[in-house]
Amino acid sequence: MTANTWTQNNPLYLDYQATTPTDPRVVESMVPFWSEKFGNPHSRNHRFGWEAEDAVEIARGQVADIIGASPKEIIFTSGATESNNLAIKGVAKFYGDKRNHIITCVTEHKCVLEACRALQGDGFDVTYLHVKENGLIDLDELKAAITDKTLLVSIMAVNNEIGVIQPLKEIGALCRENKVFFHTDAAQAVGKIPLDVDEMNIDMLSISGHKIYGPMGIGAMYIRRKPRVRLVPLIHGGGQERGMRSGTLPTPLVVGLGKACELAKKEMAAEAERLREFQRRLYEGLQQRIPEIFLNGDLESRIPGNLNISFAYVEGEGLMMGIKDLAVSSGSACTSASLEPSYVLRALGVEEELAHTSLRLGLGRFTTEDDIDYAIERIAKEVNRLRDLSPLWDMAQAGIDLKSIKWAEH
Amino acid sequence: MSNAKPTAVYMDHNATSPTRPEVVDAATHAMQAGGNPSSVHVLGRAARRIVEDAREQVRAAVNAPASVQVVFTSCGTEANTLALQGCGRAKMFVAATDHPSVMQAHAHAERIAVDVNGLIDPFTLEEMFAGGGDDVVVSVMLANNETGVLQQIEGIARIAHRYHALVHCDAVQALGKVDVDFQSLGVDMLSLSAHKIAGPLGVGALIAGKDVTLRAINAGGGQEGGLRGGTENVPGIAGFGVAAELAKAELGDMARIKGLRDALEARIQEIAPQAQVIAAMADRLPNTSYITMPGVDATTQLMAFDLAGICVSAGSACASGKTKTSPALAAMGVHPEIGKCAVRVSLGHANTGDDIDCFISAWADLYQRKSASKSAA
Amino acid sequence: MAYSKELIDHYENPRNVGSMEDDAGDVGTGLVGAPACGDVMKLQIKVNPEGIIEDAKFKTFGCGSAIASSSLVTEWVKGKTVDEAGEIKNTDIAEELALPPVKIHCSVLAEDAIKAAIDDYKGKTGQTDTDAVGESQDAAE
Repeated sequence: MTANTWTQNNPLYLDYQATTPTDPRVVESMVPFWSEKFGNPHSRNHRFGWEAEDAVEIARGQVADIIGASPKEIIFTSGATESNNLAIKGVAKFYGDKRNHIITCVTEHKCVLEACRALQGDGFDVTYLHVKENGLIDLDELKAAITDKTLLVSIMAVNNEIGVIQPLKEIGALCRENKVFFHTDAAQAVGKIPLDVDEMNIDMLSISGHKIYGPMGIGAMYIRRKPRVRLVPLIHGGGQERGMRSGTLPTPLVVGLGKACELAKKEMAAEAERLREFQRRLYEGLQQRIPEIFLNGDLESRIPGNLNISFAYVEGEGLMMGIKDLAVSSGSACTSASLEPSYVLRALGVEEELAHTSLRLGLGRFTTEDDIDYAIERIAKEVNRLRDLSPLWDMAQAGIDLKSIKWAEH
Repeated sequence: MSNAKPTAVYMDHNATSPTRPEVVDAATHAMQAGGNPSSVHVLGRAARRIVEDAREQVRAAVNAPASVQVVFTSCGTEANTLALQGCGRAKMFVAATDHPSVMQAHAHAERIAVDVNGLIDPFTLEEMFAGGGDDVVVSVMLANNETGVLQQIEGIARIAHRYHALVHCDAVQALGKVDVDFQSLGVDMLSLSAHKIAGPLGVGALIAGKDVTLRAINAGGGQEGGLRGGTENVPGIAGFGVAAELAKAELGDMARIKGLRDALEARIQEIAPQAQVIAAMADRLPNTSYITMPGVDATTQLMAFDLAGICVSAGSACASGKTKTSPALAAMGVHPEIGKCAVRVSLGHANTGDDIDCFISAWADLYQRKSASKSAA
Repeated sequence: MAYSKELIDHYENPRNVGSMEDDAGDVGTGLVGAPACGDVMKLQIKVNPEGIIEDAKFKTFGCGSAIASSSLVTEWVKGKTVDEAGEIKNTDIAEELALPPVKIHCSVLAEDAIKAAIDDYKGKTGQTDTDAVGESQDAAE
């Protein structure tokens, strides 16, 4: 597809952290399980059930493989949100009478923060680590936060808004040393960066299907067997998934997730290299065309498919309206409907006025070099147009310090 | 649905049903469209529209008014858990024959005894409210997954509401087989599942009255009115909407299916008059028959049926890895010697008279072989 | 969120973008909002000796609705007397642009911007009869 075919109704997709298109190869793998192989994998009495069960077990192996786990350590869930809730609440409920302290981080996904908040209501202590200006946690701060009451450290592998990669190996080592469980929300990391649960001493890890070109409505969770992590399930019932997650397994979705993991593992290295080049091209292209733009989050310790940039003096939502032929996001997809400045950017110390000017640009498997050039062209044109409209830009050009003005906050 | 019909004879629709082509089309379309419903750009808005359209289709399928909450979940089990844990009642009364997920979804569960047909006796229920009902949620399945027995939900709801209890009804098995009407059932919460009505696996819904206050089990993200965090399964939800609409439209076919089921039972009882249909006298789902082959273990039957290319099941699929007498049958007071010989046949729209002939012939073969070997011994 | 044709037209083709001399005696400047809240409007009016607004200019930092609201009011105030311009209500703006409920505050801000510009003009010309002058002056400096 050439660049100039993008329109408002068929926009160029640059929002790969919100969701990813399902890879056609994934869809193809799922199709038979909707029709001729439709059995309930828990029906142990006939071939439809067996076929489904076999397919589920193959997928379990594919999921395990991408994080260096054993298939026995993988359970399927409805998505990363459920995995995160299960990991945090499940472990807390199981061990809570002995140890009741949890450490997480202020830039975690909403579902992790809300799960922790719910536990605070049940008498748990939660430490919310700050992040440095580059979005990464301070290992010394983590070390200092661990006490003999600490049960769990939950730190995401890759941030959904700014794409920064936390030092998983170091966090894992610290946790193991102190006999604290380490959970990581790897929804944005699986298939983007190499992950190895043993090397990184990860005890629990959350996976999402639709963030890795797999289907929506499916996720997985890694739960270490040695040393064993035990948890109280959130969804009770038929006893599926070794009692940790009841409910009929959705065979087509499970198969799709397995296929997505298989593809991601095979193509990760090449794709990362390609996207790293696109990321550089996009960032440099924008820098060349637009003065006073600011990258949020570390550039080095970052997945190649993400840029989060503040376009000073231009409000992000107004900018999005001007680039309707690009599907991008200002702030995270889950909260962008609320029009609040992103709490992740605020946590980095990005001032509110700058946080309001930021866009998240997500690149992925189907992004082309032409797309990058097109995006640069469109964003530059629109930012420059809106700056001509912006009283703040005028003031800044005139050398007025915006902070010296007494704004009427409303 | 000819292209979805398996080559074998599938009679296990209460476990799961083949996804209809219309559903696959809707899900595939949604998958190709992409987009996260929480995104504000055009693709996000299109995904949001798909979800909201499906919500209306599901709402209409159970005749729930616009004021009622329709919360999409990942399956019927999650809907049950959300209802029973999320409603904030300290105690739960649950029918003794209900699905294990319901039984375990609450820390303080009390069983409501059932009669030989698996039905709740209103007087028994009324006695349980001796201590009041303000802190109680009552959960009763509309149609039992094993026996197909239909509870008198309206009457149960009336009693429970007299004591200010909340009423939850698991309608997962009933949807698409009998008319499920949220308003006339008079319940506060209703659980549904897509894959039992030829919809996709991995999606369910909880219908909850506007006055029911729920607390999420999966927190985070604020989706589904804050009741169910996590990016919506857009293709699954799209498929569910279509499946719900079609299931309601095709309820008429259930009369034909009931005819097949009744013929099957009559023919078996002709071959073996001692064969028992569990809860034969009760009001049952039109597609379900839980029937014994005297003196022949269910496992033996399943193997023989499988060799003949027929898919049926012993008890519910979730528990079928284990060969135990079903707790539902135990609660009904069915003798274990009888219970262990019972096989569940559950029919669907694709089944025909030929399928019944095929089943009866396999049934008769096995029964005669077993009877002969017994008399020879 | 679906936006109206009118709104999109004003966003894509904003009218009366620009600045006038702040210090000129016949120019009133209103600067309202705050960068931290995500919207700032600067609205200026030029009033002739008859008390008619003969020109208006704006610059806005904000979402599409904020830009369109300010563009629309510059059109509306032109040719009106200062007092007539002061009668413009946010509800008129919201209605004309069919603003979605979450964007109503943009129309409120536009109304505030006109009022602030008028107050500034009146302050300069000694017609001060309001106590809001100081506030708008603070913001403009």
